[in-house]
Parts: sequence; structure tokens; C-alpha cells
Amino acid sequence: MNAVELTVNGREVHLQLDPRTSLLDALREHLHLTGTKKGCDHGQCGACTVIVEGRRINSCLTLAVMHDGDHVTTIEGIGTPEKLHPIQQAFITHDGYQCGYCTPGQICSAVAMLDEIAAGVPSHVTQDLDEVEFSDAELRERMSGNICRCAAYPNIIAAIRDAAGKGKA
Amino acid sequence: MKPFTYSRAASVEEAAQAAASTQGARFIAGGTNLLDLMKLQIETPTHLIDVNHIGLDRIEGTQEGGLRIGALVRNSDLAADKRVRRDYAVLSRALLAGASGQLRNKATTAGNLLQRTRCPYFYDTRMPCNKRKPGSGCSAMKGINRGLAIIGTSEACIAQHPSDMAVAMRLLDAQVETMAADGARRSIPIADFHKLPGDTPHVEHALKPGELITAVTLPRPVGGTHVYRKVRDRSSYAFALVSVAAILGKDGGGRFAFGGIAPRPWRVEAADAAAPAGPSAVAEAALAGARPTAQNAFKQGLTARTLASIFRQEARA
Ligand SMILES: Cc1cc2nc3c(=O)[nH]c(=O)nc-3n(C[C@H](O)[C@H](O)[C@H](O)COP(=O)(O)OP(=O)(O)OC[C@H]3O[C@@H](n4cnc5c(N)ncnc54)[C@H](O)[C@@H]3O)c2cc1C
Ligand code: SF4
Ligand code: FES
Ligand code: FES
Repeated sequence: MNAVELTVNGREVHLQLDPRTSLLDALREHLHLTGTKKGCDHGQCGACTVIVEGRRINSCLTLAVMHDGDHVTTIEGIGTPEKLHPIQQAFITHDGYQCGYCTPGQICSAVAMLDEIAAGVPSHVTQDLDEVEFSDAELRERMSGNICRCAAYPNIIAAIRDAAGKGKA
Repeated sequence: MKPFTYSRAASVEEAAQAAASTQGARFIAGGTNLLDLMKLQIETPTHLIDVNHIGLDRIEGTQEGGLRIGALVRNSDLAADKRVRRDYAVLSRALLAGASGQLRNKATTAGNLLQRTRCPYFYDTRMPCNKRKPGSGCSAMKGINRGLAIIGTSEACIAQHPSDMAVAMRLLDAQVETMAADGARRSIPIADFHKLPGDTPHVEHALKPGELITAVTLPRPVGGTHVYRKVRDRSSYAFALVSVAAILGKDGGGRFAFGGIAPRPWRVEAADAAAPAGPSAVAEAALAGARPTAQNAFKQGLTARTLASIFRQEARA
């Protein structure tokens, strides 16, 4: 067993974990933060997306011990039913889901993704690598690591576009 | 996953020493390939050495006017680096064409070079596979092999190398810098880094057991138009069927490297020399000696058409 200390949604937690424990399982099984979902457990769907040290990652493909000392934000730390994050509100307004299973991952991914655009990080569809523009094509490409089995994609893009304050980009 | 122990190295020396003194040890960087394979018990290390905190996460200029990329630099940071965007755009483009935003935030330079094939039988532990279990046979040869390699293959294995980044690194004549378990350092040209399968498809690269990649060095920038064109079954978050990395010069010259079609990033001198004669000549030279299967023969035409499209776009620009 390994001692692992994390700061999850602002709260410091101390765990004793088998080194095999993924960050995803640490969050769900040990901290009972079940908002983060397990879809594929192999990096192929994005349902497990959380924000670690400010960056979005797949929590299924990393070990909790590798994150000893790190700050983690899960969907529970993005907003609460009483105080929704603008992206959460926009998902409701635009019906950005059907079954909702991919939604926590979509929202965590979107929050960090908008920071990436703000920081000028280019994407596969960026024409000029030094000029990152805000467009639906950019949002679709940057969100491609989050699969939605219900195919709520048009509404997910509408929600993110709306929350980012860009109207009909 | 099989049980393993875990340690976090604090320096390059400590990582190399830990590798030498622990049987069955492996380095773990982003973990996005290794853990995937450990979950399926395709990889079964008994000890993991975490190399995320050994100070190899910087990109710096070299005296020769090139760039030295630390082994632990994340794919997203490398793609976004201002110098890479300006001077090595083909590398930015190749990185951005790979995986997803989340994965690129974790994936590292060294880990990306060492990622293993996506052959479906390599992943299916119930099936024979010479790469996974030497001597057991190749299920792909008579199975589903649409995505696999068409050139550089052998009777033993027809798997493709899945990396996008490595194709750009090959185009740019990168050098892989390493430190062996005994502390010895060396620099391996990328052309010699990945091995063709031959009779030993489980031997994929030039590293010795416990040898740590410390950096990948790029020579001075090569002027011209940098292009990375990736063709895949869906337009994002999928591996390449065929990819072409190219730098086209104003004088009609060019250099080319190919992904998705070979067991290693594919580059042929004769293909570069054929640039002035046009895309068909380049394709012909690059694919000379190809031995596709019935299912993946389409990759030959697709490679030629991808080249043609790049040349046409360049003529318009
Ligand atoms: C769903 C999915 C889609 C993907 N799509 C693409 C794609 O389209 N294109 C693409 O190119 N890639 C793709 N990838 C692969 C991804 O790029 C690799 O998993 C990643 O680059 C591996 O880097 P890592 O740091 O996570 O490696 P790890 O998993 O940490 O390590 C991989 C190997 O490298 C060894 N290693 C790591 N660092 C060192 C070092 N410094 N010295 C010596 N050995 C070392 C490890 O021991 C291990 O054997 C995809 C992956 C997934 C899961
Ligand atoms: S092609 Fe190579 S990796 Fe695939 S089944 Fe055959 S031996 Fe294994
Ligand atoms: S559960 Fe992690 S990507 Fe699917
Ligand atoms: S809402 Fe059902 S998977 Fe996305």
C-alpha cells in the first residue's frame, strides 16, 4: 500500500492505496466522488475527464500514486446544484445531453478546453498555428476526446459556445 | 493488472540506477500506453519507476541552432511551443493530429516514440501474436489487417507503428539521447531507433534494458512549407490509415516521411530525390517493394493521392 495525498476540489485527502489504483478508481471507489464516470477505462471515451493541476486528463489512464501532492478538480468541484458553473447551466439550457453519462466528462473537458483556447494553444484545425480563432470547428475538434453515445453533439457545442459568451461563433 | 511496486525517481541518475537494480522494472511517464497495456496484462512489469519528476520537462535551444526537447515534455506543450510552431511546424501539426486534448496533456515525447502497435491481435491475449508472444504465430496475416503495414513488414509481423509525432521526428532527422543504467550516455539517430520486425517483431527499438531516454534533439530548422496530412476513418481522435509529413522547398525539392503504413516511421531517400518529378514519382519511390494484403492494398493508392493533394495545395499557395 502507498500513502497518497491529494487536494480534491479544495479538500485535502489522505489515502492508503494499492499502487494499481487508477486516479479514477481513487475518486470513485475511495472518495465516493461518483460524478466522474468510467466508460471504457482505456482512454477512448473521455467520460473520466478531470482537471489535474489545471489541465484536463483521462483519470482512467493514470495511477493515483503518480498524483501524490496534486490538486484535482472533478465535476463535484466545478459547481453545485445551488451554484451551477456557467457551462453546467448552458448544458441544461441547450439540452446538452440525453442519458447524461458522458456529461461530467464533457463539462470538465470544456472548462479546461476554454482555458487552452484562451492561452492560444493551437489545434488540428487551426489554420495559422499562431492565430487561434474561436469557431464551432475548433470546439468540435478540441472536444473530440469526449465521446457521447447519445450523440448530443450539436447541443453540447451550442452549450459550450453559449457559455463561452461567443453566441453563434 | 498484475501487482507491482512503485517508486518515484528524483533525478535522471536515480531513475537509471533504479532500473539497473530492480528486475522487471519499467519507467512510467504519461502512462497512457503502458497502463492501457498493463490493464490487459500485455505488459506485466513488477516495478514502476515514475520519471515525471526528474527535471526532463524543458525545451531549450542547442548550440547548433536546433532544439533539445526533454523526454518528459508533454505532447500538448511541445505542439504549442512558440519555437516549434515557428520553425518545426510539421512537428506541431503531427502532434495535434494525434490522440485527444486530454491524452496529449499526459503523453510525453519519449513515451510517444515508444508506444506500441494498435494491431488488434496484439491487444487480444487469446490470439497468437509473435510480437506479444514470440514464436506463437501472427493472427493478423490471415485475419483483420486493414489498418496494418504495407511495407517494411516480415513473415513474422505486419504491424504498423501508430505514432504521428515520430513521423515528423523522422522527417526532421531527430536524435534520441539516452542514458544507460550504468550512466553511459549516447545519441541515436531516429533512423536507427525503431527496428523492422524481421524474425524478432518483439524487438521494437534500439534501447537496452533500463536505458532511459533523456531528450530528443532536432537539428537546425529546415525551411520550406511544413505539412502533416493524416487520413483516418474519422476526422479526429483516430489513428492514421496513412499520414504524410512533408517539407516542400520553393525550388521544387522536398522531403517526405510516412505514417500508418510501416512498422516504423517510413522514410526513403529515393522518395526525397523524386520530389521534382512530382507526387506519383515520390509515391512510387517511397512504396517500392511494398507487400500489402488484400485488405490494406488501398493504402498504396491512398498514399499517392495524399501526396498529390499536398502538392496541389502547395502549387495553389
Ligand atoms: C485512445 C487513444 C488514442 C490515441 N491516438 C493516437 C494518435 O492518433 N496518434 C498518436 O501518435 N498516438 C495516439 N495515442 C497514443 C499516445 O500518443 C501514447 O499513448 C503516448 O504518446 C504515450 O506516451 P506516455 O508518456 O503516456 O507513455 P507511457 O505509457 O508512460 O510509456 C510508454 C512506454 O515508454 C516507456 N518510457 C516512457 N518514458 C521513457 C523514457 N524517458 N525512457 C525510456 N522509456 C520510457 C515506458 O516504459 C513504456 O514502455 C493514442 C492513445 C490512446 C489511448
Ligand atoms: S501483425 Fe504483428 S502485432 Fe499483429 S498479430 Fe501479427 S505478430 Fe502480432
Ligand atoms: S473511462 Fe477514461 S477515457 Fe473512457
Ligand atoms: S448524453 Fe448519453 S452518452 Fe452523452
